Amino acid sequence: MSVSSGRVRAIYRKELREYRRKGSIVWGMAILPLIFLIQPLITVFALPSSSSSQLAGRHELLYLLAIPALVPATLAAYTVVGERQQGTLEPVLTTPVRREEFLLGKALAVLAPSLAISYTVYVFFLACVELFAAPGVAPALVQGPDLLAQLVFTPLLAGWSIWLGVAISTRASEVRVAQQLGILANLPSVAVTTLLAYNVIHPTLAIALGGAVLLLVLNRLGWRVTSALFDRERLITSTR
Amino acid sequence: MYHLLKWLISRLGRRTALASQEPVAVSAPGGHVARPQGDDLVSPQKPAVPSAGHDAVALSVRNLSKRFGNRVAFQDVSFDIGHGEVFGFLGPNGAGKTTTVRTLGTLIAPTSGSATVAGIPLAPENGVEIRRRISVMPESPGLYLRLSVAENLECFAGLYEVPGGRDRIGRVLRAVGLADRAGDACGSLSKGLRQRVALARALLPDPQVLFLDEPTSGLDPVAAHDVHELIGELRRAGVTIFLTTHRLEEAERLCDRVAILNTTLRTVGRPDELRDRLFAKTLTVTTLAPLPEPGRVFAGLPAVDGWRQDGPAGYVLGVSDPAVAAPAATRALVAAGADVLSIAQSRHSLEDVYLELISQDEEARRG
Repeated sequence: MSVSSGRVRAIYRKELREYRRKGSIVWGMAILPLIFLIQPLITVFALPSSSSSQLAGRHELLYLLAIPALVPATLAAYTVVGERQQGTLEPVLTTPVRREEFLLGKALAVLAPSLAISYTVYVFFLACVELFAAPGVAPALVQGPDLLAQLVFTPLLAGWSIWLGVAISTRASEVRVAQQLGILANLPSVAVTTLLAYNVIHPTLAIALGGAVLLLVLNRLGWRVTSALFDRERLITSTR
Repeated sequence: MYHLLKWLISRLGRRTALASQEPVAVSAPGGHVARPQGDDLVSPQKPAVPSAGHDAVALSVRNLSKRFGNRVAFQDVSFDIGHGEVFGFLGPNGAGKTTTVRTLGTLIAPTSGSATVAGIPLAPENGVEIRRRISVMPESPGLYLRLSVAENLECFAGLYEVPGGRDRIGRVLRAVGLADRAGDACGSLSKGLRQRVALARALLPDPQVLFLDEPTSGLDPVAAHDVHELIGELRRAGVTIFLTTHRLEEAERLCDRVAILNTTLRTVGRPDELRDRLFAKTLTVTTLAPLPEPGRVFAGLPAVDGWRQDGPAGYVLGVSDPAVAAPAATRALVAAGADVLSIAQSRHSLEDVYLELISQDEEARRG
């Protein structure tokens, strides 16, 4: 099987156009991570300068890796069941598009705003820390490896979250149910990033490399498994 | 972002190609459908029909059945459709028409039987190749309402990988009379205009077989008339059309042949053939006064098989050939001194055929 970049691009462009026409979709995605920032910002702002020595060697910033896991969840969960409910799925499925192409186009279209929002929120957080935290806190908190981890793991975690959401969307019969399940399905990722941030799981280079490889494999598997779950007949007739 | 996307897709695609065992799509050597040159909608360079289907038919269905659990959607359906033919598929609600279209359009798998669509055997591994050669306009237009007409068509031009996408979009929009509405959001269009956009979308890939599922459903008479005109143009351009409809006058007017489906296929043929097959040909004679001896007048007339009284001065003659029987009956009536008010050949419509067959099914069901 070969994947047609033209057909993937057609789906991807169509999705982005729809997001642009309905800006509330993207703004809605940004609300959750902004709320997610409130607690860490309050904590950081409350830190005195004297705490900077305690912060060294800790990885509080990894807490923010939960953002790319949560941002795409609801949009990804909408992708298939949403089209089905608005009656636009059948015409698309009558075209030569393969399910792998359809799903990849959808996933990439969710990934683009998810990355933009996740990185923007992260930069916003860092800017707030630099500008408003007590002297010495920012240099102690913002460490090179954590920044690199954020840069590398954001697309990997977002990708995994998207495939979970899309997989749920291919089997769900209702948008709201799919979105709730999409959020729930991403809680394990959030739990892992939280455990890393609080040093319950001590983050090391080996764990980082292992985690990256695992997420790459999960993303690849996610595409394949979601494609296998995508059943044209069930989606069109809802009979099995 | 675009280059990153392209690179990512090419990487993933290459890996998938190596890992996948899915059979390679059927190649397409052979001839092509003869179409009028210079036509605006139908390209003379359209994809070729494979040799297997070239000299045969556009669509061939053999004993096709579909069940959903215990429920039979349709069963044992067989018919052929020639290239360039407009084939009407009629039947009551729940008869299995849409399911048949979805099956032939590779959206759902048949339970049993076989079919060849645009020269390609209906099989899961041929789904992409079949969908490349056909186009389906579902009953509901299914447009992206937030996007403009042109953006909707651009998406589908990309999915069909239509060469010269923008030119083609311009052509199909002109064909459906929407060239000046290309920038309008589909959500702002009336139902009739949305239906036209859906038809334009179905025409994008220059299909060998075009499936139209209730294309005039819910349209007002003017919008329905516009769609009829478009179908007429496609017919003249030689596009093979599979038209499901409830509107019998639509089928009678547009279709070369029709099939009536009521879970099983009840009949297939030209509308006039079906009428002849189901109803005896008759002449209805009305005279000013009752004939004193009608038996003597009508007996022995050429092409008259029998007669019966229909009212005090009305007579229905069973005939084998109205063109022979009518002049002979006229002469006999004049010779008998009758004052003839009218001699009319009975006209059964496709609706009569349809209602007769469906009522037969109802009676059979009641036992």
